[in-house]
Amino acid sequence: MNFELLTQLIVNGLIVGLLYGVVGMCFVLVYKSTQIVNFAQGEFLLIGAWVCWALLIYLELPFIVGFLLTMAFMAVFGVMLQMIVLRPMIGEPIISVIMVTIGLSIFFQALMKWIFGVSAQSFPKVFETESIQILGLHIETAYLMSTVIALIIMVAFYLFFKHSKYGLAMRATAFDQQIAQSLGISVKQVFAMSWGIAATVSATAGVVIAMVSGVSNSLSIIGIKVFPAVILGGLDSIIGAIVGGLIIGVLENVAEFFDSQYLHVGNMYDIAPFYVLLIILWFKPYGLFGTKDIERI
Amino acid sequence: MSSLTMRPCGDFRTSYKQDNTIFETSTIRNIAIIAIALLCAAPYLVDAYYLTLFIQISYLGIAALGLNILVGYTGQISLGHGAFFGFGAFASAWMNVSFGIPVVFCIPLAGFLTMGVGMVFGLPASRIKGLYLAIATLAAQFILEDFFARADWFSGGSAGSSADPISLFGFAFDTDESFFYVALFALVFMYIWGCNLMRSREGRAFIAVRDHYLSAEIMGIKLNKYRLLSFGVSSFYAGIGGALYAHYLGYVSAEGFTLFMSIQFLAMIIIGGLGSVKGTLMGVVFMVFLPEVLEGGVGLMKMTEWGNIPMVVDGLAYIKEMAIGLVIILFLIFEPEGMAHRWAQIKNYWKFYPFSY
Repeated sequence: MNFELLTQLIVNGLIVGLLYGVVGMCFVLVYKSTQIVNFAQGEFLLIGAWVCWALLIYLELPFIVGFLLTMAFMAVFGVMLQMIVLRPMIGEPIISVIMVTIGLSIFFQALMKWIFGVSAQSFPKVFETESIQILGLHIETAYLMSTVIALIIMVAFYLFFKHSKYGLAMRATAFDQQIAQSLGISVKQVFAMSWGIAATVSATAGVVIAMVSGVSNSLSIIGIKVFPAVILGGLDSIIGAIVGGLIIGVLENVAEFFDSQYLHVGNMYDIAPFYVLLIILWFKPYGLFGTKDIERI
Repeated sequence: MSSLTMRPCGDFRTSYKQDNTIFETSTIRNIAIIAIALLCAAPYLVDAYYLTLFIQISYLGIAALGLNILVGYTGQISLGHGAFFGFGAFASAWMNVSFGIPVVFCIPLAGFLTMGVGMVFGLPASRIKGLYLAIATLAAQFILEDFFARADWFSGGSAGSSADPISLFGFAFDTDESFFYVALFALVFMYIWGCNLMRSREGRAFIAVRDHYLSAEIMGIKLNKYRLLSFGVSSFYAGIGGALYAHYLGYVSAEGFTLFMSIQFLAMIIIGGLGSVKGTLMGVVFMVFLPEVLEGGVGLMKMTEWGNIPMVVDGLAYIKEMAIGLVIILFLIFEPEGMAHRWAQIKNYWKFYPFSY
């Protein structure tokens, strides 16, 4: 058994898993505050990465400026999306809301393909050194940066929800929309804000992943891979999303390892999380940390 | 009481039988019969191109009706219908090629095989609902897609597998004109069967489960049984549609049955109208003609001197995809009950014309 490769893969899995956790967190944020399952989450990553890429290549901005501009753009984009498309859907059945986000996802994916083409483009170099050695493991600098960014985002989420006025308003809305409204919280604003935050933070993850593996349409798959992570953690638990993301990140790499060494089935990296997803739904539908749905008659 | 020729304003039905007819009035029934008779003459009247479109409508329409039984009538959500459609196609080709079973038997057998697979993936449906179910069927979509690409013995792997044309008593339905009749027969048969299913005890149970599952359970409807049955029926339809598709094209490859296809099926039933057999067909027709209309529009635009924009002409494939996404969003915002509802409104408007109040 090749332990060196296995540890390397597990470390990679943890780093990627942290990013899944961040995207999952956005997913849970939107779900908790607006009761919408966002199938267009992956497109946030895609759009963010493409916008950042275009700013860096065509306008030749320095990375940090382009990055901040992208985040500002995505915040506006998320809020606009909520206001124009999702506000009319309040109160519609689940299937309609899911289908609207699926429609958005198809629309934006095709739009990005139309504007930027289908071939993958590599990001301009941001760091001098490609990868560094930590304890004998190769870690790409962009991954290191992604870990730092992911941790910063998580701490920021924690502080925002624990100590800021708006965070409190969002938690109140998640708890009960009517009570929140009667206490003077603008639920509309909270909805728009949660979409804005989700778009911005997902786009950050998109840019980071694109820096390592290039920008292409396959980025939007992350939006689907997040499902196993959030279901594993529980659909309405932010901690659960992080834990689920880490588990799924490690799991796909370990599955890939065992596949390449012993099983030779192929494609395990992409498909293993979905088998896990089905098994979880069979035995523990509400995940590790999710609240169980109890209905009274 | 004899059946009515026109629908009165208001509900004047006095017996259960009247409430339960397939066609509301004898006029509608006669129109349907005449329409089918006219369609039978279609191969001699219209261009071969429209025949291929009709065949497409028929196999997609059968699968879409299955999805509407699951989503529109039972209130379950499935994002894996495209994969079940593909499973039906591969299963029929596999049985035909590997075991030499005649194609006429392969198609229903493929339906039953798909039904089994659908029920396996529908098993979590007895425990979970709504969102969780959507995600479980999403997993089914990816797992089945992976299975098609990998299982060489079943699907021919990346090479795909070939399927013989349908033949009956030595006559092969291998041209568009002859296959048209097979498609028409299958479409009419499956739609009448679907209508009848919805009039039966099972159909009413499905609707009760959708409307309020707790009340349904209290009234003695076994939730698990009917949710699973609905999955089974839906996959059966998908399997039949897929098998027809396989034997029409004569070749099945693993690439086509993606998540995008599942979404297109969902789009058809949402555009047509959830919980409406007639609406399903309308939605399918809409979705089949949408890309054709776009193509025609761009073709016309290209002919004018100012309209030959390279971006639009080259990006036609993406514009088609975008149009599908856009149509889903616009319908859900402006006409969430679909074309069937709009059609009913138009009919009502003319019935009371000019006194619409």
